[in-house]
Amino acid sequence: MNAIALSWWQLALASCLVMALAACTFAAHLGVGKSLLIAALRTAIQLALIGLVLEALFAVGSLFWVALMGLAMLLLAGREVVARQKYRLRGGWSFAIGTLSMFISAFSVTVLTLVAVIGPEPWYQPQYAIPLLGMLLGNTMTGVALGLDRLTESARRSRNIIENRLMLGETWSEACGDFRREAMRAGLMPIINAMAAAGIVSLPGMMTGQILAGSPPALAVKYQILIMFTIAAGTGFGTFAAVALCSRRLFDRRERLRVDRLTTAGHDRFFT
Amino acid sequence: MAKLILHQVSIGTLQNINLEVAPGEIVCLSGPSGAGKSRLLRAVADLEPHGGTVKLGNLAQGLVPGHRWRRSVMMVPAESAWWFDTVGEHLYKPMPKALHALGFDEDVSEWSVSRLSSGEKQRLALIRALSREPDVLLLDEPTANLDEKTTRQVEDWLISVIHARNRPVLWVAHSREQIRRVAKRHFCIEGSKLLELQE
Repeated sequence: MNAIALSWWQLALASCLVMALAACTFAAHLGVGKSLLIAALRTAIQLALIGLVLEALFAVGSLFWVALMGLAMLLLAGREVVARQKYRLRGGWSFAIGTLSMFISAFSVTVLTLVAVIGPEPWYQPQYAIPLLGMLLGNTMTGVALGLDRLTESARRSRNIIENRLMLGETWSEACGDFRREAMRAGLMPIINAMAAAGIVSLPGMMTGQILAGSPPALAVKYQILIMFTIAAGTGFGTFAAVALCSRRLFDRRERLRVDRLTTAGHDRFFT
Repeated sequence: MAKLILHQVSIGTLQNINLEVAPGEIVCLSGPSGAGKSRLLRAVADLEPHGGTVKLGNLAQGLVPGHRWRRSVMMVPAESAWWFDTVGEHLYKPMPKALHALGFDEDVSEWSVSRLSSGEKQRLALIRALSREPDVLLLDEPTANLDEKTTRQVEDWLISVIHARNRPVLWVAHSREQIRRVAKRHFCIEGSKLLELQE
């Protein structure tokens, strides 16, 4: 690889673009200038820190530290899933369902890809395991959050329809079937759109990064295809699991719709 | 056919409600708005957690899955919901006689639900419920959106169907005249109790 090394002052030069944008938003009274600058600062600090963590992790390379890093990423992703929902299940259920679904999908797809497709030695080599898991978790998180948000919103908005179907003797699964399918579609749409547009409308970030870092385009493309496929599988299975578990939790053992199990952001004592 | 039995049922402000409805009998419930009439029906249909026991003959509510109980003990809400595009898709079996009896044309099954008036929805919701052949009917103000003539038409039809099928019925109503026309027994909710009113 023959990447051109980037120094910090070159990054500072790039940050001038963000500052110019912030100046424009101030001038246009958009009210997002401060958020933009804080977000840019967070990006720089968070990525610099994760760079240090990854370097240390690559140096140690033990399964324990890789697993611990994976666990931390999973828990943060679970927290993020909850934060993105307008209505969430009380008592930490949204967190538990989101985290479990991502664990089932993202972790299993990552391990399967490492062992059966890429085959590094050892299979948990952090240089492959952590970026792959990060990509999968990030995308699965989006799918799970979108799916759960759509499902809980539908349960509240369409309570009359679901209860009327229950009154007619339909099972809980029949009564909310349409809303469950709608939620699963919502979770899957971003990755379907991304796959359909890849290479035509957009050059995916990972591939672009690899090419910029000096990889041959043919190799970068192969990795990108692999990543797209694993993200699709991870997102799909994660969304399926999360929507299935959450929809069951919206009904009790007597198959009664329990919208009282939902609370709005800010009223969930588990997270406030 | 079995009778509907409520034993010590408690939900919301209502406490220890006892009531029995025989097959083919219509029992009317009345009371001020917010007294808990609809919630009592919801408890009987097992749509909300509640105290006490509800039985259909010897069969207790908790001994069968929720959906089977509701298939048998069916509530028709005051405001019905519709989720498919056409009326026909909501009926579980063709109901030509019922549709005709309530003044609908034969092509009503093809109608889009978006063109239905509130009164049409109310009548069609009754037909939809009966197309499931329930053992008990819980009717929450089934004629609230209807004019006087259509109200009588629906009452006559419901009475004939209930007697023919020999089903117990709990009927929430506000109009004293209607209660007198359809039911022999009438209970009124006062505070947390259910009081039988003698005419």
